[in-house]
Amino acid sequence: MTPLLTCKDFLKDLNDYLDESLGAELRARIEQHITECPNCWVIADTTRRTIQIYKGMDPYPIPSDVESRLMQALEKKMAAKQR
Amino acid sequence: MPVSSLTGTDEATLVALSRGRDARAYSELVRRYEGKIFRLAQHITQNREDAEDVLQETFMRAYEHLDQFQGASKFYTWIVRIAVNQALMKLRRRKSDKSVSLDETIDTGEDTVVREIAAWDEDPEQRFSREELHGLLDSAVQSLDPLYRSVFVLRDIDDLSTEETAEALGLSVPAVKSRLLRARLQLREKLTRFFKRKGDDAFAYL
Repeated sequence: MTPLLTCKDFLKDLNDYLDESLGAELRARIEQHITECPNCWVIADTTRRTIQIYKGMDPYPIPSDVESRLMQALEKKMAAKQR
Repeated sequence: MPVSSLTGTDEATLVALSRGRDARAYSELVRRYEGKIFRLAQHITQNREDAEDVLQETFMRAYEHLDQFQGASKFYTWIVRIAVNQALMKLRRRKSDKSVSLDETIDTGEDTVVREIAAWDEDPEQRFSREELHGLLDSAVQSLDPLYRSVFVLRDIDDLSTEETAEALGLSVPAVKSRLLRARLQLREKLTRFFKRKGDDAFAYL
C-alpha cells in the first residue's frame, strides 16, 4: 500500500497540483489527502483562489505623460538610426 | 504618433519590420508591452521615477539590439530580460554599498511555513470596490520579498510559463518553482486577512 501523504508532502506538491502538472497517481493521492485534512483543503482552496484573482490582472493603463515621454525618446532614437 | 493600421498584425511580422527600421511597427510593439514592462519595473524598483527610466531604457536598448533577438523565445520574454537587468542596475546604483541580484541564494528553509488557515467567503472580492481591490492586491504583491515578487508577477500575473520566467530572470527552473510556491503562500496569507469568512478565525499550524 502506498503510504499516506503528510501535510508536508502536500505542500511540496501544491504548485504542481494547482498548475495541473501532476501525474494522475500523485494527483489522486493529493485529492485524497485534502478530503481528509481540512487545513490542507483550506490551503489548496485559498491558494487556488489567490492565483485566480491575480491571473490576468490588467496593468493600470500607463500614465499618459509617461507614455508620451517614452514615445518622444523613441522617435528621436529611431530618427537617428534611420539617418 | 498616429494610430497605426498595424494593430492586428502578428508579432513576428512586427519584429521583422522593426528590424528593417520601420518606426511604426516598432511603436506598435512598444504599445503592446509598455504597460506590462512599466508595471514590472515598478514592482522591482518600487519607485515610479526609476520605473520610468527602466521603461525608456528597455525599449531603447531593445531597438538597438533587435538583430540579437533570435525569435526562439517570445519577444516579451526577451524584453523582460532587458527590463529586469535595467531595473537591477537601478537598485544597485541606489544601494551602492550592496550588490543586488535576483539569483542570490536565499535561505527558504526546508519547510514552507503556513501560519494562518481560515476559509474564505464565497465571493470575498464583493466586499471591496474595484479600486480598493486593486490597491489591496497591489500592496500585497509589493510587500513580498523582491526575490519572490518578480517571479510571481511574471508567472502568475503575466502568465509566462515556468521556463519562460526562468529565462527572463536568468534563474534555474527549480529556483523559479520554489520562489513561486513561497510567493503564492505568502500572498494567500496576506489576502486571508481580508477575505476570510467572518467569525471564522481558526488558527492552525502545520
